[in-house]
Amino acid sequence: MIAPGTLALLALLGAVVGLDGVSFPQAMLSRPLVAATLGGAVCGNPVAGLLVGILLECFALETMPFGASRYPEWGPASVAAGVVAAIPGGNPEALARIVPFAVVAGLGAAMLGGRTLLRLRRYNLSAATRRRDDIAAGDASAIVGLQRAGFAMDFLRAGVLTTVFVLVLVPVRDMVLAESGAPGVLAVAVAGTLGVGVAGSAYWKVVHTTKGYAWWLLAGVCAGLAAVALR
Amino acid sequence: MSGAPSLPAGTWLRVFARLFAVQAGYNYEVMIGNGIAYAAEPAFRLLPGGRGGAAYKAALARHSRYFNAHPYLAALAVGALVRAELDGEDPARIERFRTACCGPLGAAGDRLVWAGWLPFCSALALLAFGAGFPAAGVVGVFVGTFNLGHVTLRAWGLWAGYRDGLKVAAALGNPVLRQGPLQVARGSALVAGAALPLVMQRIGAQQASALGVELALAAVLAAALARWQGRVDGWHVGVGLLAVFVLYSVMR
Repeated sequence: MIAPGTLALLALLGAVVGLDGVSFPQAMLSRPLVAATLGGAVCGNPVAGLLVGILLECFALETMPFGASRYPEWGPASVAAGVVAAIPGGNPEALARIVPFAVVAGLGAAMLGGRTLLRLRRYNLSAATRRRDDIAAGDASAIVGLQRAGFAMDFLRAGVLTTVFVLVLVPVRDMVLAESGAPGVLAVAVAGTLGVGVAGSAYWKVVHTTKGYAWWLLAGVCAGLAAVALR
Repeated sequence: MSGAPSLPAGTWLRVFARLFAVQAGYNYEVMIGNGIAYAAEPAFRLLPGGRGGAAYKAALARHSRYFNAHPYLAALAVGALVRAELDGEDPARIERFRTACCGPLGAAGDRLVWAGWLPFCSALALLAFGAGFPAAGVVGVFVGTFNLGHVTLRAWGLWAGYRDGLKVAAALGNPVLRQGPLQVARGSALVAGAALPLVMQRIGAQQASALGVELALAAVLAAALARWQGRVDGWHVGVGLLAVFVLYSVMR
């Protein structure tokens, strides 16, 4: 059970990172590795939030917001995923066992969040249509008002979305935790392997048209493996 | 900035601050057109007749029409359009410029930011995580590095756009925009290559043999997804497999 004060703080955090995604200021506070860490931190476990945030970031690398493409919305979903991972008590085995669910929950929520962004854009369009004549006449109050209305609706949308995600996902997490029979080591290994695999392919897609990319990638992998071996 | 009328510092700051909210009224009809007018509005107050004058209203009406570009590089357009209005350029010429610069500003921004700087900064954060940085350190590396580029790009865009006005196309030939994506992509390949094995190690491999197996499986998955590029989305595959695992672990 999340305390009302904590839930209010999470709603505010979700609203801020949701706003950051598109409306203001696009400082990438909405990226999973930031938003999930902050979500976990609000619930007292930033490390759990970071772990899930890093995994979600691996998946998010596949979905960059090119042009007017439709994409998942990571901010509120990642806050909720960070909350899901931040199990009260901070038991490492329980955290490890819940990681796959937290990641799946974050990915699913991100898809739903993306749909609400489409609704927001339709709302913006209807607001603009209502004031079309004023805007066409160069009425500054209509132009500024439209921006402010879009800003306020996005803030509200993201705050409500985060609250709903947290209220739905936390009880489901508790049920999954009670029923899950997979050992923590296996759960984390599966989530990590899938995340790193998807991130690897996402980076390949980004860099494979660059001349000489393979050598740079190979040099990086060799350096990474050497660092792993030396530990 | 020879020849350009000087803008008061307060006007620069207002326009610059509003650039960060250029997408707040985003919709599928005018895209960020309303945001362009919103961002440029403080500078239009300097037009003959002042705030509410005919030139001010005409400029706002012109710039609230359809416009689309990468949100960060929209700064370049706003700077150029403000300069054009203050110089009293022919409205038809301004309209042609608006139409012509959407595509290049969108493509250059996507290439530099979404396909370049953002994945690079994510790779840096993954490396910081793999290297054992604490949560605040990983977030700080990502947010700090990304926004160093982000804020600089917006500030440069506004300045270069205002300096060059409708001749701003030359600014798109800036070495950072032309060569930047290439260098950033190489950096991303290097840093991501180093980061991913370290991420895997920190996430949970307890033994070297287990880490080897996990890395091999991740490499196979990455190669398969790369081969099927365009046919399947990697993250859909990932979430599907992970969901199956969650169901299996609950039901077994």
